[in-house]
Amino acid sequence: MRKILTIVSLLVALSMLLVSCGGGQTATPAAQQPPAQAEATTAPAASTEKVTLTIDSWRNDDLTIWQDKIIPAFEAKNPNIHVVFAPTAPAEYNGVLNTKLEGGTAGDLITCRPFDASLALFQKGYLTSLNDLPGMENFGDVAKSAWITDDGKDVFCVPMASVIHGFFYNKDAFDKLGLTVPTTREEFFKVLDAIKADGTYVPLAMGTADLWESATMGFQNIGPNYWKGEEGRKALIAGTAKFTDAPYIQTWADLAAWAPYMPEGFEAVKYPDSQVLFTSGKAAIYPTGSWEISTFEKDAKFNMGIFKPYLPKAGDTCYISDHTDIAIGMNAATKNPEAAKTFLSWVASPEFAELYANALPGFFSLAKQPVTLTDPLAQEFQSWRKDCQSTIRNSYQILSRGEPNLENELWRVSADVINGKLTPEQAGQEIQTGLDSWYKPTTSQ
Amino acid sequence: MQKAAARRPFPWHILVFLAPAVLIYSLFMVYPLINSLRLSFYHIGDQNQTSFVGLSNYVKLFTDPNFAPFFWNALVNNIVFFIIHMVVQNSIGLLLAALLASGGRGRAFYRSTLFMPTVLSVVIIGFIWQLILNPLWGVAKTMLGWVGLESLYRPWLGLESTALQVVSLISVWQFVGIPMILFYTALIGIPEELTEAARVDGAGGWQTFWRIKFPLILPTVGIVGILTFVGNFNAFDLIYTMKGANAGPNHATDIMGTLFYRVFYGQQLQLGDPSMGATVAAMMFLIILTGVLIYLFAFQRRVQTYEM
Repeated sequence: MRKILTIVSLLVALSMLLVSCGGGQTATPAAQQPPAQAEATTAPAASTEKVTLTIDSWRNDDLTIWQDKIIPAFEAKNPNIHVVFAPTAPAEYNGVLNTKLEGGTAGDLITCRPFDASLALFQKGYLTSLNDLPGMENFGDVAKSAWITDDGKDVFCVPMASVIHGFFYNKDAFDKLGLTVPTTREEFFKVLDAIKADGTYVPLAMGTADLWESATMGFQNIGPNYWKGEEGRKALIAGTAKFTDAPYIQTWADLAAWAPYMPEGFEAVKYPDSQVLFTSGKAAIYPTGSWEISTFEKDAKFNMGIFKPYLPKAGDTCYISDHTDIAIGMNAATKNPEAAKTFLSWVASPEFAELYANALPGFFSLAKQPVTLTDPLAQEFQSWRKDCQSTIRNSYQILSRGEPNLENELWRVSADVINGKLTPEQAGQEIQTGLDSWYKPTTSQ
Repeated sequence: MQKAAARRPFPWHILVFLAPAVLIYSLFMVYPLINSLRLSFYHIGDQNQTSFVGLSNYVKLFTDPNFAPFFWNALVNNIVFFIIHMVVQNSIGLLLAALLASGGRGRAFYRSTLFMPTVLSVVIIGFIWQLILNPLWGVAKTMLGWVGLESLYRPWLGLESTALQVVSLISVWQFVGIPMILFYTALIGIPEELTEAARVDGAGGWQTFWRIKFPLILPTVGIVGILTFVGNFNAFDLIYTMKGANAGPNHATDIMGTLFYRVFYGQQLQLGDPSMGATVAAMMFLIILTGVLIYLFAFQRRVQTYEM
């Protein structure tokens, strides 16, 4: 126990250090420095000036990967361009970025959140259209859908990666208890019952204290199987489906049914608590997504496996949330547009796709060409794309444009449903009322 | 008299000495405050164009179903937060100060120890208490188990009914040192003769404290009260550290500071709204201003200050 605490506190100290480093770097944005730094030029050609590009990002977990793998690979090919990766803490990124863009101190390259957050930046003129960028042809329509204007005319970010939802499980625990991987709802709850009856492991490592786990790792994880992926998501946008419909109520009812299998006092269990609970081998199943692969493989001392979100009943088509999560665009106010475009073209290339997807297992390339992955868990996640229909989180496109914000509301009500404060029906009613108050579906959609 | 004033040169040195403070204060405090108040009368459009909208942001804050419930909820929570500090923090502070001032061994040790949490970072305080109260590996549960009360344990920080009170008490724990030190310095400033005279007149310890010492430190009580008020209505960091900007569960720990942060900066998929944020900030300013004015006119002017 003490060891876990030491590790946790070390991690926290480290992340604080990283955050403060990130803050330090962003405090002196490259845009304000003179573009030519004579003493920094090591390139043989004296006529070419070395330019520095700064990337704003929320992925502070990936700082070392960018510094050790990705940026050196780019700089080896483009010796005249120096790239600095300057991340901010994820929860603060949107606020910090907006403030920096307004103040004119943002980086040359901007990591793009999917859909409306980035669309708003493009409409305000902070991001450049990238329609003519060489390499953009490597991406299909679905990949680009999160970073395109509603009329489909302008693409403004180069898609980098998506994340896939699912369940991690402790293989050793399953072997010890003689359990097999569940594929249907019935089997899933049978497995949970068996683990609970045995008592060695917490059946489901999850808490509701941070709110978002309930929505992202619960609702958006198992939901697509109920609302039939894209079909249900598009129906919500078209207004032909409502959150008070059976698929949504059933999803929340499932979440409420998870509660007895979650750790005692789950109301105060935070995201890092559940991560440690699972990686320390005290829990059997962990609902989450592919982004956990690299940290889990580092921390867990047992054999780990994954399984797909369970099906309502055997034989149903499976749907997975393959969420377009991260892209990169160009600050319209950059002093070095040519260098920035060179970098973006490289990000669109197959070379980057292969490098990135393997350096960060669990973040899957959105490029058309298949990428060879070395990590077995990442391979398995990627293989689900062949077996199942892909969809994205239903609150991201269009539906979170107004007040009350659908995504925030989903966090709140999903946590309340698990905490037993709201019934699934009340949750659906509250969400739909909030959405109806501002969203009027257009028939053409 | 007039002659003398006319002959005396203009006191330039006073201006020179005041200038740095006035300049810095105006530039970094007064100007942003006024500008923020100004922003609350404007609306910022999609293309960043600003337009004057008068009081409509305030009307929206008080009547719009997307803002009003959150605003009143945050205000009520903030008042609860303040009352808990006033009642628990300041009475414990007074008690500790009285104990310290009554002498005894190890006084310096206790004084520094009790003051220590105040100088720690709020991030550390939040982290430590979350670990102590953690349902998975917190010592709170184990310690209750030692006295056979394990069944009383609840995940207090995660329950809608208790989260706000627990967070308030953690803040009380952190800041109890400040009223303690203020009361303590006031108490040790009371001349020995007064308490001695009271003792000669036959007053006991309890009577001496409430009849002699407490009236003498009333100005300090007022200062502690107003400091608590201003501090509490500006509070943000501890709740943000422990519960995030959403101040869950179900906005149970939402106070003015976190509401402002959410509205101004936005979060996740919600875009920030600077002008509505400035409106919330202006309300915080008004509340604090009202409190300070009440203190100045209703308390400070009436309270008797004794020369000791």
